Amino acid sequence: MNWLLVAIGGAVGAPLRYLTDRAVQAHQGPGVPYVFPWGTFAANTAGSLLLGLLTGAAVSSPAHALLATGLCGALTTYSTFSYETLRLAETGRTFLAGANVLASLLAGLGAVFLGAELTGGFGG
Amino acid sequence: MSEQAPQELPEPGPPAAPQSRVLAAVAAGGALGALARYGALVLWPGGGGFPWTVFVVNVSGCALIGALMVLTVERGRVTHPLVRPFLGVGVLGGFTTFSTYAAGVSDLLVRQEVLTAMAYAAVTAAAALGAVWAAAVATRAWLDRSASGEGRAA
Repeated sequence: MNWLLVAIGGAVGAPLRYLTDRAVQAHQGPGVPYVFPWGTFAANTAGSLLLGLLTGAAVSSPAHALLATGLCGALTTYSTFSYETLRLAETGRTFLAGANVLASLLAGLGAVFLGAELTGGFGG
Repeated sequence: MSEQAPQELPEPGPPAAPQSRVLAAVAAGGALGALARYGALVLWPGGGGFPWTVFVVNVSGCALIGALMVLTVERGRVTHPLVRPFLGVGVLGGFTTFSTYAAGVSDLLVRQEVLTAMAYAAVTAAAALGAVWAAAVATRAWLDRSASGEGRAA
């Protein structure tokens, strides 16, 4: 049963990340070069916040499979994050590459802690 | 970037396929990628300490996307408009995870395992970036070699 829930969560999370990325790029306006990967940053931070909320709420095992493993897992990504960081570094934007790694980690960590605090803390 | 590509190179923008088909491909890939990650965690649940399974999942997914992006976006070797949405955004995006990584670091911090938390955070980032870089460089070199082997200017 959990397998099916993980698959459903993944089938929702991945398109959500794709649409988030599209929306963020569109927001930057046509013709504006897409330099800093804000779309992936937004999806990763939002998914980490949701995972923190679920951790604090200590949800049931099926809910965890659907929302944490499936939805949050697929809404967030490490592969696109590292490829975009590589592209920044390879195009000479070393500072932005380092900033992306550091900002993503700090935002993700902060989002997990904030989410968990909001719904009952890590002990919850 | 090749100046004499046989077909138009896919731009790193919206793929040239109907949005509904792209979304369906991303969703199908996301389901498969999430299932593969879940399967890895069922097989190797680990027991506290360094989260090796998530580490291996993320680093291997980064190596695969390095090869995939060179084959699709950079060199246009694979031109089907649904390959990148399905394999890149869907399967590899769903397989790898940033939220579980961040939660793993904070979990170690909460358990006062500060050194392990810092090592997990840093080693994952370094290995993931190293993997995507090495895979991209190796794929480019392989394409260049096979192109010159065919007597074509790369």
